[in-house]
Amino acid sequence: MLVQEFLTHSATRLPRKVALVCDNRRLTFAELDAMTNRLGNALVDKGVRRGDRVAIYLRNSVEAAVGIFAALKAGGAFVLIDASTKPDKLRSILSQCRATALMADSRADAGELVDLLRGVPSLTCGVLCGPVGPDTDARLHLFDEIQIDSAATPLPSVNVDQDLACLVYTSGSTGEPRGVMCDHGNVDFASTSIMTYLENREDDIVLGVLPLSCSYGLYQLLMTVKFGGTLVLERSFVYPALILQRIQEERITGFPGVPAIFAILLQMDRSAFDLSSLRYITSAADALSPSHIRGLQDAFPGVSLYSMYGLTETARALYLPPSQLASRPDSVGIPIPGTEAWIEDEDGRRVGAEQTGELVVCGRHVMRGYWESPEATARRFRPGAVPGERLCHTGDLFRTDEEGHFYFVSRMDDIIKCRGEKVAPKEVEAVLHMLPGVTAAVVGVPDPIGGHAVKAFIVSRGDPLTESEVIAHCRAHLEDVKVPTYIEFRSELPMTPSGKVSRIGLT
Amino acid sequence: MDTANAIAPKIRDYLSRNFLFSDEGFHYGDDASFLEVGIIDSFGFLELVHFVEDEFGISVADHEFVPDNFDSVCKLSAFIIRKQGGGT
Repeated sequence: MLVQEFLTHSATRLPRKVALVCDNRRLTFAELDAMTNRLGNALVDKGVRRGDRVAIYLRNSVEAAVGIFAALKAGGAFVLIDASTKPDKLRSILSQCRATALMADSRADAGELVDLLRGVPSLTCGVLCGPVGPDTDARLHLFDEIQIDSAATPLPSVNVDQDLACLVYTSGSTGEPRGVMCDHGNVDFASTSIMTYLENREDDIVLGVLPLSCSYGLYQLLMTVKFGGTLVLERSFVYPALILQRIQEERITGFPGVPAIFAILLQMDRSAFDLSSLRYITSAADALSPSHIRGLQDAFPGVSLYSMYGLTETARALYLPPSQLASRPDSVGIPIPGTEAWIEDEDGRRVGAEQTGELVVCGRHVMRGYWESPEATARRFRPGAVPGERLCHTGDLFRTDEEGHFYFVSRMDDIIKCRGEKVAPKEVEAVLHMLPGVTAAVVGVPDPIGGHAVKAFIVSRGDPLTESEVIAHCRAHLEDVKVPTYIEFRSELPMTPSGKVSRIGLT
Repeated sequence: MDTANAIAPKIRDYLSRNFLFSDEGFHYGDDASFLEVGIIDSFGFLELVHFVEDEFGISVADHEFVPDNFDSVCKLSAFIIRKQGGGT
């Protein structure tokens, strides 16, 4: 099945059912289908062809949801770029994936969008969501005008399910952006598998507070559209009380979150809210601690809690059936339906229970590799025993118990998981090294609300630096989650015998 | 207790120093939505709450941390005045 058919099939079956609640709007499947046709036709008209990349630099919004399906209907692959991405990185991603079209909102005002259109040679079309500014360019179009002027006629299907549906950008070990290539078959398979174990139904109403730019957030939209449910899409989790109110008002049944979100919720007074509509809660992106599990079970009695493990390279890999939560709360469970996983030692041999090794994942959800990064692809995606089979070597250390349930042990690289997002110490250090006379080492330290926080150790041999100057510099060059929470100035840093800065022993 | 005239400049100054890294000060309107315009990203709001509590000697309850109180210089100033029990 092609991913855009998630929408066209549901629109045929349930045209008048509400598919998306977002930005104070309630869109039915028929309306969402028509809006995506209008934008899809416009994209084709502006030159988007089969396989072309359509970049979507938008926060969670109606326009972003429409853009995703419109890109697919036009025969292209969508590329969501997180709205907190700074201009330099945005430009580098657009150039790296050679995007043909770019959707952006008024944050990147028309002037910036025009600059990008002129600065990234592959871009032939910009779609601005929001008011138009004084700058203009023949390649710049307005989302609202397209929704009035462009035809809502269905587009002819031009894809096969081996075509790429999307690139999902993630951080490599040095922080360089890597686009995970997901074909239609990958996305269809992963969606169906996840929906199967969550037992999703048409009357599920799912809360989308996670960014569509991450795989976990994206699949909430794709799956809800596929099973004919309703997605209540929120900008973010900035205002927790507002989110609890949305659960009450919209009678939310499914709440996907990350441990950092649950930690905040558990500290709040929730007594004023009726949260009885909830059927399930899912947690991924970071380990859910036993105390959070107990807290969630007490706070939401009768709600199924799914502790899960995933990575962009396979969307999801493991989930713990809620019935197992009491007996093995620290496990992330078993492979998702229709897939297989095992643990290998350094020599590639499968190990037995209670032995630690790298998690290897096998199944149709193993994505196609990293966009134009053959070396990184060869390390992560390796051939299996059967010709044509692709395995994902996750880079994460796991062990299993005697019954085959998986337990996360640690990462094999030095990536820090902060509030569920990957932070490469090397990327933060590179930004700090832009400051004259600065040598820096970046590590993860325990965060009071769970997971890790970024801490930078700095030796400054140039002009005197203050903590706030360092933070301001980082804010200008890094996404929020990567900005150090803690800064410590030192007179020197530990060194390796070869003279490199060593992070070992820094806490 | 602060007056409205004293509060807004402190907020603007805090935002420009900590979020805009701009020498030109706070160049948005006092009605500009922090979230919509992207002045503050999601994690920055936690710092904003701490700043408001420390700087203005008030305590922000869970249910008070909502856009009506926090999403612009105007709304935040009005909220602080209400919490301090003064202002006109």
